Amino acid sequence: MPYEYVEDGVTSDVSFHAWGNDLDELFTAAADATANVMVAELASIEARVSKHVAVSAEELDLLLLRFLDELIFHKDAEALLLRADGVHVDIANHSLTAELRGEPIDTSRHELAADVKAVTLHGLHVEHRGSHWHAHVTLDV
Amino acid sequence: MPAPEGIQRIGDGTWELPPTLRPGMRVPVRVFATEDLLREMDDQVFIQAANVATLPGIVGYSFVMPDAHWGYGFPIGGVAAMNPDDGVISPGGIGFDINCGMRLVLTDLTLEEVQPKLRELVDTLYERVPAGVGCKGFVKLSPTEFAEVIEQGAGWCVRNGYGTDEDLARTEERGCLPGADASTVSPRAIERGYRQIGTLGSGNHYLEIQVVRPEHVVDAELAERLGITRPNQVAVMFHCGSRGFGHQVATDYLQIFLRAMKSKYNLEIIDRELACAPFRSDEGQRYFAAMQCAANMSFANRQVILHRIREVFSTVFGRAAGDLGLRQIYDVAHNTAKLETHEVNGRPRQLLVHRKGATRAFGPGMPGLPTDYREIGQPVIIGGSMETGSYLLTGVATGAAAFFSTAHGSGRTMSRTKAKRSFRGRELQHSMEQRGIYVRTVSYAGLAEEAGAAYKSIDEVVEATERAGLSHRVARFTPIGNVKG
Repeated sequence: MPYEYVEDGVTSDVSFHAWGNDLDELFTAAADATANVMVAELASIEARVSKHVAVSAEELDLLLLRFLDELIFHKDAEALLLRADGVHVDIANHSLTAELRGEPIDTSRHELAADVKAVTLHGLHVEHRGSHWHAHVTLDV
Repeated sequence: MPAPEGIQRIGDGTWELPPTLRPGMRVPVRVFATEDLLREMDDQVFIQAANVATLPGIVGYSFVMPDAHWGYGFPIGGVAAMNPDDGVISPGGIGFDINCGMRLVLTDLTLEEVQPKLRELVDTLYERVPAGVGCKGFVKLSPTEFAEVIEQGAGWCVRNGYGTDEDLARTEERGCLPGADASTVSPRAIERGYRQIGTLGSGNHYLEIQVVRPEHVVDAELAERLGITRPNQVAVMFHCGSRGFGHQVATDYLQIFLRAMKSKYNLEIIDRELACAPFRSDEGQRYFAAMQCAANMSFANRQVILHRIREVFSTVFGRAAGDLGLRQIYDVAHNTAKLETHEVNGRPRQLLVHRKGATRAFGPGMPGLPTDYREIGQPVIIGGSMETGSYLLTGVATGAAAFFSTAHGSGRTMSRTKAKRSFRGRELQHSMEQRGIYVRTVSYAGLAEEAGAAYKSIDEVVEATERAGLSHRVARFTPIGNVKG
């Protein structure tokens, strides 16, 4: 699990730290960290539907925000729980493509936790440190 | 955590931090708190309030309410009034859950009458008022009809059979902000939210059955004027907002503002979450109109939930809702920015008042109050944690000191992540039932996050608002049943 929640983050929200060997792994981990706020067991999400996403942004951290916003959007618009697959980040152009795979919420199989309202800009950052890429994200719940 | 050095006591329950605390502060910070609450506040609250004090056009003070805690950008419990002509509007000063608010509904029933039916009542409410992650509402609308709802607010609901004109009369702004313009919201925001009207959501959103015990009536005369006339009278209180639609409006505009701020308006800010635009700019006006759409969604959301509550009470008690005395006391939001007229240096001035986790609390005689409440002041509804209690208060004349704003809740002291590790949802549910509170929840993890011990004392928070002259206590409401998202 390449992410951890920060206990002493913003009081009423949820902050996490995610990491990966490259940006593709980092963004995949951040998507799981976001989904894991909403559902207790990520393994309970079966890949029944797929959404192709292509997003771009002015900065790398805003690209992460827009990418995670896709997950949050589909959770409300179509009641979908999604995980990221085949994430490809183009660092030069601050853009990415990915497949979001998952299924509609089924409360008999999905143990739900807290709804995520938004990705905040509070302390949001993506950086390369040592041998890994790291991200810090605060979600409004 | 000690308050920063240099904080000065200005009066009973009022503290001030000078503008020399941080470079760029245009006004001082004013904190309303008892000594204990002040000591418990996160140091980030003071830093964030000082950051808010740097925003262009801020008038008077950057205010901090007694329930304040560390947020993103503004503290939760922050109030800032801007000069609309040369000041900014900031989505971070409103929050993602635009117009999130409280609605209080009284009944003529007493605890003794409700107790035998309490489980059935809570179970039916749990079935009939959707809650939790990704829940869909019971009012089926097309995106085109939804565009009407966001321009017309709770009025749309009443015209379509979900409530009465009296409900509207007892809702802030009659449940409709007139500047709403659906063309200013993205298709993405509409797509995200149009199926969610009539849903509670999750987090700290809830629907409670409560009782006013005789020993908890603080001001008997005001309580009676507000309809609290029987011992152990039962009420329904609920807390929810504009759902995914409002969250998306805020997300969209934060990014628009980030882009425009530097390149177009040469605005420098300390924290990106304070992204803002001049109120009179194209971006500022479009966000203001979109924010009002989200506000209208939240008024409509609470209106149709009230309709559902009436249906459920009627089914469970086998009598018409009117016959059970179900009537709305008030609906008031705590995440907004509104144009209001306030006195500054002895002269009336129009101000754009941002309230993020702060409740408007107009004093007696102020324009915009329903006829019933003109003499007594605006009802203020402050929701506590699900284990403790909530309060009905009224606005007072001395509230002018903070542009007629007061607290909005208990205020968290423990992070959600920590609370989830410290408490177990099922044990908490069992323990609450032993103490006479029957809870149904979509999520046991979510329930653990809302444990009473994760919050400040609601009694101390409301007392602090009274001592600082922001609002006046009428009665305390104790929970007996709770539906949690």
